[in-house]
Amino acid sequence: MSILIDKKTRLLVQGITGGEGSFHTRRCVQYGTNVVAGVTPGKGGTDLDGIPVFNTVERAVAETGANTSIIFVPAAFAADAMLEAAEGGISLVVCITEGIPTLDMVVVQRYLKQKKVRLIGPNCPGLLSPGKSKVGIMSGDIFLEGNVGVVSRSGTLTYEAVSQLTALRIGQSTCVGLGGDPIIGTVFVDALELFQKDRQTEAVVLIGEIGGNQEQIAAEFIRKKMTKPVIAFVAGSSAPPGRRMGHAGAIITGSSGKAQEKIAALEAAGAAIAASPAEIGTTTQKVLASRR
Amino acid sequence: MKAHEYQAKQLLAEFGVPVPRCGVARTPAEAKRIAGELAGEVVIKAQVHAGGRGKAGGIKIVSSPDEAEQAAKAMLGSRLVTHQTGPQGVPVNVVLVTEAIDIERELYLGIVIDNVAGAPVIMASEAGGMDIEEIARTRPEKILKAYVDPTTGIRSYQTRRLAYGLNLKQEQIRPASDIIGNLYKLFQAKDCSLAEINPLAVARDGRLFAVDAKLNFDDNAAYRQKAVADLRDTSQEDPLEVEAKSKGIDNYVKLDGNIGCIVNGAGLAMAVLDLLKQAGGGAANFLDIGTMNDPERVVQAFRILTSDRDVKAVLVNIFGGMARVDIIAQGIVNASKQMEIKVPVVVRLAGTNVEQGERILKDSGLKLVRAYSFKEAAEKAVAAAKKSS
Repeated sequence: MSILIDKKTRLLVQGITGGEGSFHTRRCVQYGTNVVAGVTPGKGGTDLDGIPVFNTVERAVAETGANTSIIFVPAAFAADAMLEAAEGGISLVVCITEGIPTLDMVVVQRYLKQKKVRLIGPNCPGLLSPGKSKVGIMSGDIFLEGNVGVVSRSGTLTYEAVSQLTALRIGQSTCVGLGGDPIIGTVFVDALELFQKDRQTEAVVLIGEIGGNQEQIAAEFIRKKMTKPVIAFVAGSSAPPGRRMGHAGAIITGSSGKAQEKIAALEAAGAAIAASPAEIGTTTQKVLASRR
Repeated sequence: MKAHEYQAKQLLAEFGVPVPRCGVARTPAEAKRIAGELAGEVVIKAQVHAGGRGKAGGIKIVSSPDEAEQAAKAMLGSRLVTHQTGPQGVPVNVVLVTEAIDIERELYLGIVIDNVAGAPVIMASEAGGMDIEEIARTRPEKILKAYVDPTTGIRSYQTRRLAYGLNLKQEQIRPASDIIGNLYKLFQAKDCSLAEINPLAVARDGRLFAVDAKLNFDDNAAYRQKAVADLRDTSQEDPLEVEAKSKGIDNYVKLDGNIGCIVNGAGLAMAVLDLLKQAGGGAANFLDIGTMNDPERVVQAFRILTSDRDVKAVLVNIFGGMARVDIIAQGIVNASKQMEIKVPVVVRLAGTNVEQGERILKDSGLKLVRAYSFKEAAEKAVAAAKKSS
């Protein structure tokens, strides 16, 4: 199984002719993703390595049957690109772009929800189902097909976690990078719900960080609805309050958003806590061993 | 990005929110002149990017222009130390001279983005003057909220409902409702992340005034908010952070440990801080080198770190994804050619193009402390910092 993306994914790349867009399109194709179309206004009729480029999403969907879109357009145009994808009939939109104004995201998130279009990101590394499909910028060679779902707010920390898992021969079903912005389309609870339903997934690694309270909401879900084990790490225990730690969403405001509160909530909900970011793999190994 | 109180009040006035009569002074003589024009009791307020000014001596009530001059003289050119600044304090270059309002009640008004609701939320409370978190803790029932749906925008029934909830007199409902609506317009027009009036004062004569105000802005919207960018006051920021930003390194935060960190990705960079702490050390900074594949970026990062006198060792931890390890390695080599790095440098590389990166470091003959796992890197960095300090 896997979640969200698999062999049936027909990918459209918005911003396919740009530097990042073309580079990562080629890497997705290399991984085995079925990239069916690209969109760059003004470049319609051309192609990238044989992948047809269209002026509009509407046209691209009509001609190629694309069902998933990945967005690489600059921040100032990204809100428009997400709305166009939703309007054009795409059911899963993955926005890699970083630096989109929060008030733009307020509008986009609301509209996509009403349209029942799933959004991953923005400001995210995308997702990858090992052996099946990659819709994102994660480096494919560190992944191994298997039964652990990974969901994270961070990109490179996800690579670190995945490489620890792979080194221990613990494979993954799907890895989802949710993104580091304050307003994102898919949150921990959504991903946990999908992993709970997914037959391939046996356990879930959740990687949170300071800021907001999505980890606490996830903890509530774990307590009430999850039967599969969850292994959690929350980054930023040593971060000072009031400072934005790289991600726009990673800021402790007053006493809220602290790592310690999140860890306590997840632990109380029954998640196995990785005490250190270097122990995400070994903690998962212990949890899996205790179930066998 | 933050604005000063005087800048926030200028914007509030532009958007139709009443503020007390006031003037901005950069010299004691200016303060004296403004106090003379305002006449009567005035308040001298140090303009710094930090809360807790009152307790730290940054707010003085005076009753004559001469006293205003004296108070301004004491503040201007000094460094104000509040519970939010750390012992080094922040410089006072500007004071606000404002008429003293005879206050009957203090209300709270604030707008932030609610992440869970995915919308701006307007909060109003009768318990003004206090920190909103303190109100939330001690009198949560006293916080009224209204969410603004992006499809409808703010509606007058919402601002009216909040105004009535503040137990105002009938003739104050309209002005209060307008203030709430106008604050929201400002929030949206200027891409704020926080717009707060605290206190919103009810004067004894019945009028309403924004007596103190705080505006923070969404950095992501900077490209379309040029006028807001002009409000930036770098004197209020850490000098190393200002320098980093000017060199294109946006994600640098100065911290109080002694291990300089260069990491790619925000989550990994935060995890590095945590790991250093667990290993018994402390990071001198948070630094996300980003995904720009340019060795010069690494050179600039080394420049920042080597000019930080707290740094006793440098830890480079890279997990290449979008960023390529060979380019980072080349950056390390270039940096060591261009500057004298006196402290030990611990390097751990993994991910995209790691073999090429390892070869570049090996061929350079540089004396580096090498680590091959996340944990090993942190432990070696802590040991190196202890040895060299």
